[in-house]
Amino acid sequence: MTSQTAYKDRNFIAVIGDEDSVTGLLLAGIGHVEGAKKNFLVVDSKETFIEFTKRKDIAIVLINQHIAEDIRQLVDDHDQAFPTVLEIPSKDHQYDPEKDSVLKRVQRLFGE
Amino acid sequence: MSGTGARLNIFPTRMALTLMKSKLKGAQTGHSLLKRKSEALTKRFRAIVQKIDEAKRKMGKVMQVASFSLAEVTYIAGDISYQIQESGKTAQLRVRTKQENVSGVLLPAFESYMEGGNVFELTGLGRGGQQIQKCKETYIKAVETLVELASLQTAFVILDEVIKITNRRVNAIEYVIIPKIENTIKYILSELDEQDREEFFRLKKVQGKKKKEQQTNEAEREATKNDDIEYEAAESMDLLENNDEDIIF
Repeated sequence: MTSQTAYKDRNFIAVIGDEDSVTGLLLAGIGHVEGAKKNFLVVDSKETFIEFTKRKDIAIVLINQHIAEDIRQLVDDHDQAFPTVLEIPSKDHQYDPEKDSVLKRVQRLFGE
Repeated sequence: MSGTGARLNIFPTRMALTLMKSKLKGAQTGHSLLKRKSEALTKRFRAIVQKIDEAKRKMGKVMQVASFSLAEVTYIAGDISYQIQESGKTAQLRVRTKQENVSGVLLPAFESYMEGGNVFELTGLGRGGQQIQKCKETYIKAVETLVELASLQTAFVILDEVIKITNRRVNAIEYVIIPKIENTIKYILSELDEQDREEFFRLKKVQGKKKKEQQTNEAEREATKNDDIEYEAAESMDLLENNDEDIIF
């Protein structure tokens, strides 16, 4: 089981997304820079996703769905409770609930 | 002997039997408790799944509104993305985790909170300040929706795992542990019965032998007694019927 310490220090929300999504979310005030370590990134990167999921201070990773689509395998394989990976719609791409990794699991569990 | 099925390696004694019986009782109690836990969790799980489905659809709308307000900002104030990406140094909007207890499972729930002042006070000072403020508020609301969804999703992942573990335990107790203990009890009972029969047979044998001994003893005694009587009788007869020769002095 996840111990309490596993999520006590997780305070930040990280974003991987296109220019507009990142700008908007940063405007809301989620951006945090520590030295060279940022918790947001414009456009996709496998390494960044891995880095964000390994960091101990991030509670939620927001990722644009079309970017998640590019690294679908990585997103689907992420089965840890922390950080939570959340696929968000982007401005230029239609949001498709069928592709979401969590919704896919939901559908698999309750009668396909 | 009931040698069918797996059983615990134990010496068949009455003490072991009592032990096994209490173990069986414990296993049954544990099984019913775990089953109830699993049911409670599944109920919760279904509720969460339904909420996730709704929240995901709601998120789509919220993000759409937010994107639109950002487009308004871009239209009025020009491209501010570079400025914003460079000026964000510490997070103003953060999340903290609370815990909720569902039948012994700790489910974290995220909660967003503000910390520190607005870091974008100077952004849009030239033009479009109001629009930027509006956009910021829209995005904060969007993030709140996302945080809510994230807690649901985390709860979903954790519950999924816990339910799997609980069901595995329920099945293990139902199909492995309880039959094993029952087999052991059967084995011990049959062994004890066997011992009883052996003991009974042994006692019977001993008693038979004793009886036989007694009989032979009695027979012997009877025989000697008869001999004595005969002897005595013979003697008395002898006394009576003996025609002593006259003794002449």
